[in-house]
Amino acid sequence: MLKGRMIQGCRAIAEAVTLCRPRVISAYPITPQTLIVEELASMVAEGELDTEFINVEGEHSAASLVLGASATGVRVFTATSSQGLLYMAEVVFNIAGMRLPVVMVNANRSVSAPLNIWNDQQDSISMRDSGWIQLYAENNQEACDLVLQAFRIAEDHRVMLPVMVCVDGFVLPHAFEVVDLPSQKEVDAYLPPYQPIYKLDPDNPLTMGAFTEPDKYMEARYMIQRTMEASIPIIEEVAREFKRTFGRAAGGLFEKYRVDDASTVVVALGSMAGTTKDVVDDLRNKGQKVGVLRLITYRPLPEEALYEALKGTQNIVVIEKALSLGGSAPLAVELRSVFHGRPASPKISGFVIGLGGRDVTTDDLKYAIEKAQQQLINMEFIGLRTDLELEGINA
Amino acid sequence: MPELVKERDKLVDHLLCSGHTACPGCGQALAARLVVRAAGRNVIIVNSTGCLEIFTSKYPESAWEVPWLHSLFQNTAAVASGVEAALKTLGRLDKVRVIAQGGDGSTFDIGFGAISGMFERGHDILYVCYDNEAYMNTGIQRSGSTPTYARTTTSPPGKASLGNLRPKKDLPRIAAAHGIPYVAVASVGYPMDLDRKIRKALSIRGPKYVQIHVPCPLGWGTEPSKTIDYARLAVNTGLYPLIEIEDGVTTAIKIPTRVPVEEYLKGQVRFRHLLEGTGRKEEIAEIQRMADRNIEVYDLIAK
Repeated sequence: MLKGRMIQGCRAIAEAVTLCRPRVISAYPITPQTLIVEELASMVAEGELDTEFINVEGEHSAASLVLGASATGVRVFTATSSQGLLYMAEVVFNIAGMRLPVVMVNANRSVSAPLNIWNDQQDSISMRDSGWIQLYAENNQEACDLVLQAFRIAEDHRVMLPVMVCVDGFVLPHAFEVVDLPSQKEVDAYLPPYQPIYKLDPDNPLTMGAFTEPDKYMEARYMIQRTMEASIPIIEEVAREFKRTFGRAAGGLFEKYRVDDASTVVVALGSMAGTTKDVVDDLRNKGQKVGVLRLITYRPLPEEALYEALKGTQNIVVIEKALSLGGSAPLAVELRSVFHGRPASPKISGFVIGLGGRDVTTDDLKYAIEKAQQQLINMEFIGLRTDLELEGINA
Repeated sequence: MPELVKERDKLVDHLLCSGHTACPGCGQALAARLVVRAAGRNVIIVNSTGCLEIFTSKYPESAWEVPWLHSLFQNTAAVASGVEAALKTLGRLDKVRVIAQGGDGSTFDIGFGAISGMFERGHDILYVCYDNEAYMNTGIQRSGSTPTYARTTTSPPGKASLGNLRPKKDLPRIAAAHGIPYVAVASVGYPMDLDRKIRKALSIRGPKYVQIHVPCPLGWGTEPSKTIDYARLAVNTGLYPLIEIEDGVTTAIKIPTRVPVEEYLKGQVRFRHLLEGTGRKEEIAEIQRMADRNIEVYDLIAK
């Protein structure tokens, strides 16, 4: 029997956030994230969450407000989706550049146009170069566990970078699942109060957000890159300690599912991995050596660990709810770069799937696996409709 | 030496230190020093992108001896809201004041939404706008604060235009419309009045807005030595009335005598096209009517 409660994802995430005792939360509605800040607001109203909960006038200010609070030395949280993330994009970059340990949940949603409120991951993938650590959750249990870990990672003095916990919109926050949330005492022991290295304080006046000329800017960016690389073992360390404390595996760089002897490995992010595991089980039963590598830490991209995990595989099938328009499937491109010039390089195929909330079916995934086993696919859209008379689609 | 340092620590005249890189005659640099002097050491300043930010914070140097943060151009009021919220939750808001400050571009235009949000939410923050009436840091472009017929690089006068064709946005009254407890307009030309308004603003809880007129020699094409003169002329023509709006009640500093607007316009390159040759009498008369209207509305002439 599963430990925990049957609970809606948004409520579970909000309770996990509450357990982390953020002192300042900024909130602005956007589907499908809204339910999370609604739950937080109701907890504040019921006296269950002691925080400065501030309804702002837009996502640009939502991110800016937590930036200011974090710079003043307190733990902060906010959440967004899609257009909200794009609207706050310049603040997203700024928070990372200022080395502030902000934690944000992004309920992944497509980007406009056309307007579409449903799930894909184009929003957060577009922020991959911003200097935020990005963690992707498979289910609501992991979403909660990653929230706890996110604060640990962000506030680690060896890191001091913001962390975005990405949860597939609707698929997670709107779904009811059994989630086991730890007690406040357990979380307090795992996540001590935030100890800032630097903060705005009249007793020790600092200038933050100075500008640099060409003789120093590059070094500041280089330091973030170095920290990103150095945070890979810290993300693993935080996940190991999480397992020791709570007895449950969550987080880390990636999850390997039936990968070790696999000749074909599907690489996926987030909730799609669940369906993919079912497909893998089915194909295994038919004698195929197939596995799934579910990437959890997209930024920093754990290149060496991915190489070690996937070398010797014949086919890598990257399925992505994102694309670089005019470019290609972004993660597939990055995996190709991981293997470039190295021995035992697999064929790496990229598939774009499930944009704008289109269902990702087991048949779609089987098709992708089969196709990639036959030939190298640079990038292909899966599940395009053939009944629409659109130029190029039926060619 | 330690004795000297201790002595100096008692002073507040250098909370914005010398050695910054502002242009000669910069009205904003002087006003900003007066603001932080009035605020004292127990303050946190959040500063928009702009001249003031650039000329005081080139890494690794800083002209600020108070905690100071710059994030972006348009989010200063929101960042300051976060600073205030954090101080509140830390129980330090009774000791530490928060000032958000920026130029007219970040205040009137790009950052206005965030400022409106800060006012509406009732944060205990003083927002200071240094108004030099154009985007000076990027090279003198028109803002919502640029006065009628002023030349900027994006509102140049030419055969088909007389410069900026729109009137200046009335931000003090827009701020007051939020129902905030204190709104004031000051001028770097009248430092004692400016000092009084900043101190008064900081003694009031809740959101405050103070707008300070700061001539920009580079952007206005005025002599660096004439900054104070032009600041005073703006006030004494009636073009820049020094008003206070407290809980909805408006008062104004009286001006001794009505100075014709032409006295203010002449000597400024940004208005030269109105005065060249035979002069643009109609447009000058229009500017005079704006001044006259202020004099009437705010009852500026002492009786």
